[in-house]
Amino acid sequence: MSTAELLKGAAELFPGEVVTQAHVRHFDLPKGAGTFALITLDNGLDHTKPTTFGPRSLANLSAAIDQVEAEARDGKITGVGVTGKPFIFAVGADLKGVELLARHEDALAIGKGGHDVFKRLSSLAVPTFAYYNGAAMGGGVEVGLHCTYRTVSKAIPAFSLPEVFLGLVPGWGGCTLLPNLIGADRAVSVIIENSLSQNKQLRGKQVFELGIADALFEGADFLEQSLLWTASVLSGETEVSRPEVDRGEAWDRAVERGRFVADSKVHGAAPAAYRALEIISAAKNGDLAAGFDAEDKALADLIMGGELRSGIYAFNLVQKRAKRPAGAPDRSLARPVTKVGVVGAGLMASQLALLFLRRLEVPVVLTDIDQERIDKGVGYVHGEIDKLLAKGRIGQDKANRLKASVTGSLNKAAAFGDADFVIEAVFEEMGVKQQVFAEVEAVVPAHTILATNTSSLSVSEMASKLKHPERVVGFHFFNPVAILPLLEIVRGELTDDAALATAFGVAKKLKKTAVLVKDAPAFVVNRILTRFMGEIQNVIDEGTPVAVAEKAVEPLGLPMSPLVLLELVGPAIGLHVSETLNRAFPDRFTVSPNLAAVVKAGKRGFYVYDSGKPELDPEVAALLKQGDVVLTEEQVRDRVLDAVAQEIGLMLDEGVVAEAQDIDLCLITGAGWPFHLGGITPYLDREGVSERAAGRRFLAPGVASVPA
Amino acid sequence: MPRTARDVVFVDGVRTPFGKAGPKGIYHETRADDLVIKCIRELLRRNPNLDPAKIDEVAIAATTQIGDQGLTLGRTAGMLAGLPQTVPGMSIDRMCAGAMTAVTTVAGGVAFGAYDVALAGGVEHMGRHPMGEGVDPNPRFVSEKLVDDSALVMGMTAENLHDRFPQLTKERADAFAVRSQEKAAKAYADGKIQADLVPISVRRTTPEGGELGWGLVTADEPMRPGTTMEGLANLKTPFRPHGRVTPGNASGLNDGATASLIASEDAARELGLPIRMRLVSYAYVGVEPEVMGYGPIPATEKALAKAGLTIDDIGLFELNEAYAVQVLALLDHYGIADDDPRVNQYGGAIAFGHPLASSGVRLMTQLARQFEEQPHVRYGMTSMCVGLGMGGTVIWENPHFDGGSK
Repeated sequence: MSTAELLKGAAELFPGEVVTQAHVRHFDLPKGAGTFALITLDNGLDHTKPTTFGPRSLANLSAAIDQVEAEARDGKITGVGVTGKPFIFAVGADLKGVELLARHEDALAIGKGGHDVFKRLSSLAVPTFAYYNGAAMGGGVEVGLHCTYRTVSKAIPAFSLPEVFLGLVPGWGGCTLLPNLIGADRAVSVIIENSLSQNKQLRGKQVFELGIADALFEGADFLEQSLLWTASVLSGETEVSRPEVDRGEAWDRAVERGRFVADSKVHGAAPAAYRALEIISAAKNGDLAAGFDAEDKALADLIMGGELRSGIYAFNLVQKRAKRPAGAPDRSLARPVTKVGVVGAGLMASQLALLFLRRLEVPVVLTDIDQERIDKGVGYVHGEIDKLLAKGRIGQDKANRLKASVTGSLNKAAAFGDADFVIEAVFEEMGVKQQVFAEVEAVVPAHTILATNTSSLSVSEMASKLKHPERVVGFHFFNPVAILPLLEIVRGELTDDAALATAFGVAKKLKKTAVLVKDAPAFVVNRILTRFMGEIQNVIDEGTPVAVAEKAVEPLGLPMSPLVLLELVGPAIGLHVSETLNRAFPDRFTVSPNLAAVVKAGKRGFYVYDSGKPELDPEVAALLKQGDVVLTEEQVRDRVLDAVAQEIGLMLDEGVVAEAQDIDLCLITGAGWPFHLGGITPYLDREGVSERAAGRRFLAPGVASVPA
Repeated sequence: MPRTARDVVFVDGVRTPFGKAGPKGIYHETRADDLVIKCIRELLRRNPNLDPAKIDEVAIAATTQIGDQGLTLGRTAGMLAGLPQTVPGMSIDRMCAGAMTAVTTVAGGVAFGAYDVALAGGVEHMGRHPMGEGVDPNPRFVSEKLVDDSALVMGMTAENLHDRFPQLTKERADAFAVRSQEKAAKAYADGKIQADLVPISVRRTTPEGGELGWGLVTADEPMRPGTTMEGLANLKTPFRPHGRVTPGNASGLNDGATASLIASEDAARELGLPIRMRLVSYAYVGVEPEVMGYGPIPATEKALAKAGLTIDDIGLFELNEAYAVQVLALLDHYGIADDDPRVNQYGGAIAFGHPLASSGVRLMTQLARQFEEQPHVRYGMTSMCVGLGMGGTVIWENPHFDGGSK
């Protein structure tokens, strides 16, 4: 099939494509270097809508290459360049089009279509140049890799091959060309390591230092300098030399290192990184055609697989849904927050004070029951500001401002009399919290929002004794507060829209991913994690060895094993939450006697790390009283996943969140559950667990899955 | 504190190619400040001996100081060009003589000892900022008849100058214009102009101007090589029915920027910077606004007097060709022939264009090149007329002077 036919067929499957034009413009180069043809990739929109490649866009580029190919053959031009619209080079394939693909052959056509177009840039009768002027990702990076030479702007903020992060391979030449250009080890860093490190981006200088670009120019006159450089290359004045690529053992070691990185990040649970490494490994012989074929095959297989669909789904949740929280009231209802009060000066309260201070940059005042605690809390914040200053993250002026803005007081009336937002982080007990709120309400202005950082208590009950319960919201952060993006915003029974809108406004300024949740026991993340851990604990209590239970969920590729997570949370807190949920739902949430024993013994976890690896603490082992039902890993996995699916089904029935998408967003941003699972519901749907345990799919077919 | 005035030198000058204002023009989608920034960066690249931190001032002129020509362009352009933040900047306005005034202003600072090295230049994007954009003339100009109605329309002032000097006919103006185009074409063919041009990348997103996407501009857009007397004879006279001023014997509406490095002679020597011209004297003089093209004559008189020179001492002239008649008025005044070979050797604004506040430095850059080529010349002058009835003249000495005839 011809490229044109191939792309025409693909275009019919993707009617909504934002089409990128490939304009060809001719001009004389300086230094008498002849007439040049420059292709500008431009979708006609501003930089907030980056240029992408769908089938029509590829067809446009193909037509542009047809034109310059003929001109080059006829001796009318001396070179061809490719660049992008302001601030954007090109950010790769249009993922919306990928989501629509339902057949393997169509997926194969996408890969082949890109290859067919791009690779012609390497076989024109004249040299070709890519000028990475702005953001370049995926297929955008790859179109440049097919060119003879590349320049990059020092000003570009983002350059990456993010395919593996999403669940793909760089399949328009990236896996094959990049290691052949800069060596396998550097290619592994870009394709595997950066991608799996939260899609880390390269800056222009690094692109040059890695050898991806032959020249680096500042942003102010990047294109002019690139074209002058082009003229000097064409006239022979500048000779481009690149270091020889090591095709010996170093290549194999690099691939091994890539496997190690992939194992440590996805634990074999997602195929993309491994497929990419296979192609990089095979690219050692320099056979580009074979490499491109392998890329086509890998791309098609992955596009038809659930991990990619989950990856794109997760990406969209984090990029889009997180920015427009479902169910949040109109933001115009939000009240300004010009001063924040924090009740309590313990560690959590101090961390919250620091967060509010840094992000809102308004006065923050802590209160507690004695001066010593207050001094400690304020001291903690000052210490953290000093650390930021020492690291150069903030300047002296900013440090001065922040330190001056955090104070402590024993007197709530003086402290909170002009606060717009007061959050409590005191002991997790209903009576204590009710009393705190009553004291605060007595001294704050009428408009002040009262927020609670409770992880498991009822927000409605906490508000019930107040004169104005409508001003209370739940503000549930996740530890470590500075790192985990999730913030569950809890609407109590009487919470009004203004309070809720203010809470969402504050969350946005705190740069948190806010998800609206109903006032239900333990809200979202803790409820699912507790059910998950509880089921692991149950099978252990019933008799399955700890190691088997732990290993059973390894294929999911979670960030850490259940018991390591328990250690991070703290066994006492884990026990406390399980007790709370046991009271709410005694038929599903158990309180493990073994866990209780471990907590009672004062153990901080199940493992010791004397050998460098986690091993069951013999003292813990001695405490465990297990039954005699020994399950296999598969049986454990089924039980645990069934429990999670059942719980999610019930939560959706109860309306804890608007949709399954919010559950996944919570798990990704609050528990670090991986993209290739799409959080969890795409995986549960894909594996048939939801049907089995909850009697239905959680997501419609085609959402985070291959459409029918 | 005793003071000694210091010698001021012109170190280097560059400019963007000039474009035609309007939707088809090369710079239609290019910001004015970007044109300045690219000139500043080119000067720094061409003079690697100069540590940018040693620049004491950035003076950038623009007539219409709003939008991308506003916000204290000398400061913003310096920041955007990557100069250290310790380098200050300011904006200058004397309409057409903006860049010239930027040079003489920093020159004054250099002579006084306030600056060692300064950047001076100008920009006018007449496409983005048409003449008169946002002006609000005081009504007293009209009620008290302070100026003639024609004073704010430059083309009308040129017609008025033809009235004042009836011997300056349309034919003489057209002949001068044809020669300007011929000289400019020859200067291009001989490679005299290109060395001081900064290539500019330009984007086009609407099709009326030609191919879309990014391109590179390396030559002046307004030039009309091959212009003939016949071709000019029938052009319209937009400023007066049956008048004499046409688009052919005047400069057009243009976009472009210039920049130069000005230094004390001592600092230039110390830093190893080239010395291309030495400042001798300068003067600005006001005349009746309705014959603003007369301005260069008294300005030149004054500058010559201050220098203790006569017009016979001037071996090279770079006169801004806002209108042919205005150059002819000066030449006639001094009895210099219309086609005197000392005058505008590379052609002038009629061919290259005249982006108002940028042009002064173009004259200087071209005079500097001519000094290099003609060491027998000792003195040269750059002169221009200015809106609202002014003229400005700067007299320069050739540091390459070999003691020859003049």
